[in-house]
Amino acid sequence: MVTNTATAGIRPVLELHHAVKTFGPVVALADGTIEVRPGEIHALVGENGAGKSTLIKVLAGVHQPDSGDFRLNGEPVAFRSPADSKAAGVSVIYQEPTLFPDLTVAENIFIGRQPRGRGGMISRQAMRAQARELFSTLGVPIDPDRIAEGLSIADQQIIEIAKAISLDARVLIMDEPTAALSGVEVERLFGVARSLRDGGAGILFISHRFDEVFGLSDRITVMRDGAFIATHDTTSVTIDRIVREMVGRDISALFPKAEATIGDTVLEVSGLGRAGVFHDVSFTVRAGEIVGLAGLVGAGRTEVARAIFGIDRYDAGSVTLGGAPLKPHDPQASIAAGIGLVPEDRRKQGLVMELSVTRNATLTLRSSLARFGIIDGGRERRTGADWSSRLQVKTASPDLPVSTLSGGNQQKVVLAKWLATDPTLLIVDEPTRGIDVGTKAEVHRLISDLAVRGIAVLMISSELPEVLGMADRVLVMREGRLTATIDRADATAESVMFAATHTTGSAA
Amino acid sequence: MTNVKTSPSSSSSTPPPTAAQASIGRSALSKVMRSREVPVASALIVLVVVTTAVNPLFLTPQGVKDLLLNATIVIILAVGQALVIITRNVDLSVGSMLGLTAYLTGTLFADIPGIPIAVVFLAGMLLGGALGALNGLLVTIAKVPALVITLGTLYIYRGVNNAWAGGTQYFAGDRPRGFSNLSTQTVVGFPLITLLAVVVVIGVAIVLAYTRTGRDLYAIGSDPEAARLFGIPVTRRVLGAFIASGILAGLAGVLYASRYNAVGATTGTGLELDVVAAAVVGGVAIFGGSGTVVGAAIGALLLTTITSALTALRVDKFWQQAIVGVLILSAITIDRIVSLYRARQLRMSEARDV
Repeated sequence: MVTNTATAGIRPVLELHHAVKTFGPVVALADGTIEVRPGEIHALVGENGAGKSTLIKVLAGVHQPDSGDFRLNGEPVAFRSPADSKAAGVSVIYQEPTLFPDLTVAENIFIGRQPRGRGGMISRQAMRAQARELFSTLGVPIDPDRIAEGLSIADQQIIEIAKAISLDARVLIMDEPTAALSGVEVERLFGVARSLRDGGAGILFISHRFDEVFGLSDRITVMRDGAFIATHDTTSVTIDRIVREMVGRDISALFPKAEATIGDTVLEVSGLGRAGVFHDVSFTVRAGEIVGLAGLVGAGRTEVARAIFGIDRYDAGSVTLGGAPLKPHDPQASIAAGIGLVPEDRRKQGLVMELSVTRNATLTLRSSLARFGIIDGGRERRTGADWSSRLQVKTASPDLPVSTLSGGNQQKVVLAKWLATDPTLLIVDEPTRGIDVGTKAEVHRLISDLAVRGIAVLMISSELPEVLGMADRVLVMREGRLTATIDRADATAESVMFAATHTTGSAA
Repeated sequence: MTNVKTSPSSSSSTPPPTAAQASIGRSALSKVMRSREVPVASALIVLVVVTTAVNPLFLTPQGVKDLLLNATIVIILAVGQALVIITRNVDLSVGSMLGLTAYLTGTLFADIPGIPIAVVFLAGMLLGGALGALNGLLVTIAKVPALVITLGTLYIYRGVNNAWAGGTQYFAGDRPRGFSNLSTQTVVGFPLITLLAVVVVIGVAIVLAYTRTGRDLYAIGSDPEAARLFGIPVTRRVLGAFIASGILAGLAGVLYASRYNAVGATTGTGLELDVVAAAVVGGVAIFGGSGTVVGAAIGALLLTTITSALTALRVDKFWQQAIVGVLILSAITIDRIVSLYRARQLRMSEARDV
């Protein structure tokens, strides 16, 4: 195991000092400074909008800095494109996996550098064999001939890592690699990261989860407002200090759960099943209650939510809302009946990125805002502005496209969109994924407020502290089945994880 | 799933060869059954068989030759179009590019007596390549959708053709016999220009399937943003696809002048839609990322054969276009159903693996 003391005197493999990057009038990076040493795992933390992703894109050659000193092994470099950085041994895994859905898994790993056989032609056999070898090193059973479309995010991430390993990267940069993973997958990823580090690679990763940052990294660099704040040895710094540096203030309560009166049953799901996805799922959610749905990624939680809301069909069981049966496979009917769904992937499923904040916030209200089928622009603007200010969406103008907002503020817009419909049941799927500490607390407060106002909340979350802090009751799913229902008083990290991972009976 | 599990063990522990072979055979068979070309090819076979049963004159050597000759030009254009569509673009200017190069061919033969045929081919392909490069540059630099850019160049190139040709037409009589022979002489029943088209199809198919450049095109069409992040030279590849489409349109233009009697200002008008239709019917996904040039070529053959078959079956000419339309919609519907089915299969098989 390589420690800081061992790497302290070593020349950094990658160093960037005082890099500036502007987009028109916007300063995305005011002082981008980072040093990555060979054989270390370096965590980069900061609130959303702190400039972490811009810094990474500079290191990756996606953006060219306006000024600054960029060195690789002590030599000045200038990456003009991602191809340059890749050639120099810098591998980047982005927040959103960048796979090609139409190509096979093997081809995704080797695209642009497929093994060639006779006559310079690509040898599919060699490619397949090498992919299989990589997966057996990683210990994951993925079929290299399968097309990438439809792979889970965890599997996509593994493929990205296989790609980086096969590139023999000297520097591996990961932008929130664990945001979509949980439990086993995270451990697997960390195992791979450690072995790469022990092999001499420098690893830089962004994370919002402090347990990971402290459990995995050798050093931590903090950024705020596009600028470098400090780099610490992980062993000699506390979470409180990092949080203070990130937000520039103290954060008191992370999970401000307010007391809500719990009323009648709103949602009743019984015996719900979808072949090959989940089986025999039964539970209720009452008014004013926050029910947490925990489990590992791939346990079928999102799929249950999609089936309830009517996006996917279900083969068995029934769903009732406020005592009345809910029409299956009809999201329109679900919305009319009073269900809101805040999806897990807000960029693709929750928002129309090109539309303005106002338009997004009022999307669900189009018919009530319209007169004779034509939307009343004034009412639309007023309603949008009203909700944006109630949820404290931070934007320069409500007419700006929602893509210009930070992740946390985007999530608030999604929440606003559904709150405007005055729902009786709100399903939130990973409500704070990829959201910084400060905004996270605001989102938690919002959800808690909703419960106080009598809305039934079903919250899917892979973050245990969030589930334990927010939920009145915790449901745990494993491999498509509901394995436990735990009351707030009895819910602990251990009891939830046990139910999420414990295999009973025959299997292994 | 069985195939996946058996093939690695077959290389390491040498099981009975028959089992391994059967497994490979099964996997090859299932691959064939899943491919996008099979439905089109089957449709083509059914069409030919039914038509011949009703009207035996349909499959005479002369009938076959006519079928192939009619398809040749569209096949070459469809190959170029497939390259462009795979990158999630489209080239609507192919008909106009063909018109310009066909007219250039007529002009060269008429104005320069004794010009070598090879030089004319080269000139046509160079002109086509230049026109394609202009398309590609506009698409990659202006970052305007190719649909709009090539709709513009469709009219521009046609306008240039009109201005250049005016009322002039060149006829086969102006051209050397050796040039016209390309379309009349056959080798084992295949016209020479059709054989040339087959060589083009095979050549491009190999590039697409077995070279890194070819695979890059699929990656770009599958997710352009990811391709850029991954360091694939997106601009260069897309430009290359448009140039290739232009060169092939140029080749098709020269062959057009060999195949048909007259070339003038309106030569090739409206061809672009036939070509896009051929590619789509042949399984080239209009949103890029998948499909093959073999499929596109079969699609072209199917569309031109349908026209001939309907004539042979004495179906009213007015119905022919409607039937082609139905075919395009069915091709897309089948494609959609197959992909939904495949998604469901993946879901079930993976659930079982857990």
